Amino acid sequence: MPPTTTQDIIFLALAFVTLASGIAVVLLRNLVHAGLMLGLSFFGVAGLYLLLHAEFLAVAQVLIYVGAITVLILFAIMLTRQVVGADTAPVSTQRLVGFATALAVFLVLVRFMYRREWPGIFDNTEVLNAPTVLGRQLLTTYLIPFEVASILLLVALVVAIVLAKEETVVSLTPKLNTIYEETDSPAKEEEK
Amino acid sequence: MSHQMTPYLLVGAALFCVGIFGVLTRRNAIGVLMCIELMLNAANLNLIAFNRFLGPAGNTLTDGAVPTNYYGPLLGGHAFGIIVITVAAAEAAIGLAIIITVYKNAKTINVDEINWMKW
Repeated sequence: MPPTTTQDIIFLALAFVTLASGIAVVLLRNLVHAGLMLGLSFFGVAGLYLLLHAEFLAVAQVLIYVGAITVLILFAIMLTRQVVGADTAPVSTQRLVGFATALAVFLVLVRFMYRREWPGIFDNTEVLNAPTVLGRQLLTTYLIPFEVASILLLVALVVAIVLAKEETVVSLTPKLNTIYEETDSPAKEEEK
Repeated sequence: MSHQMTPYLLVGAALFCVGIFGVLTRRNAIGVLMCIELMLNAANLNLIAFNRFLGPAGNTLTDGAVPTNYYGPLLGGHAFGIIVITVAAAEAAIGLAIIITVYKNAKTINVDEINWMKW
């Protein structure tokens, strides 16, 4: 067993923060608090990325997850106004089933983790200047996934605007009714 | 410990299962969405850990000789992680738009009360 280093202590602290705030996200009754805990959990994962020498992803994680997604979720919580109360609490009858399922999945994952013999484990710490390397590879080796991701973002942008626009879905049925009434009324008049 | 792969995989697996528990027990649709984000993060953590410890051509630098056209070891895990972050962002935007539209129509976002598509 190698001696405990500073990195190990940092890893343990980050893992604890990530998991504890993740559990808080699941269990807290107040949704706003859960959303803030979600941001803390994302921060913990960003720290773990740094430990794994994924500097660009760590920064992207902070920018996108902590900066954008958490704020988006908090805005949605405030727009729907179901912050506190019995409505936001987890269902007590499903708690046992949920816990059993989660535990079963965890056990299966751990079993695979320790039974599988990984091919050629090494500590790949020699990746110097990883953002440069990643940038080069995103435009050469991984060009198609990169472009697909950008198209996906564009489509998501358009769809989100169309969905959240005022009076698209809300008034769909009344509009259809008025159209039918308008087309029906001349025919009825002719019958008379 | 931070130079082994299994601790990272353990954290990822635990975070994923916390997310599963949340998805199954949360009644609020936004809560469910938050737990899905947790699960996506856990998967991403696994991808990055695999890339660092099992990545292809990762140990070509150990002998010190660097070819002229050497772009470094393949960072497929990082590229995959970027894709996952993109998908998560798109999913959050569209999911929250759907939730807000449902709230406008039904005045509730409890997932066990929204059962219009159930016959």
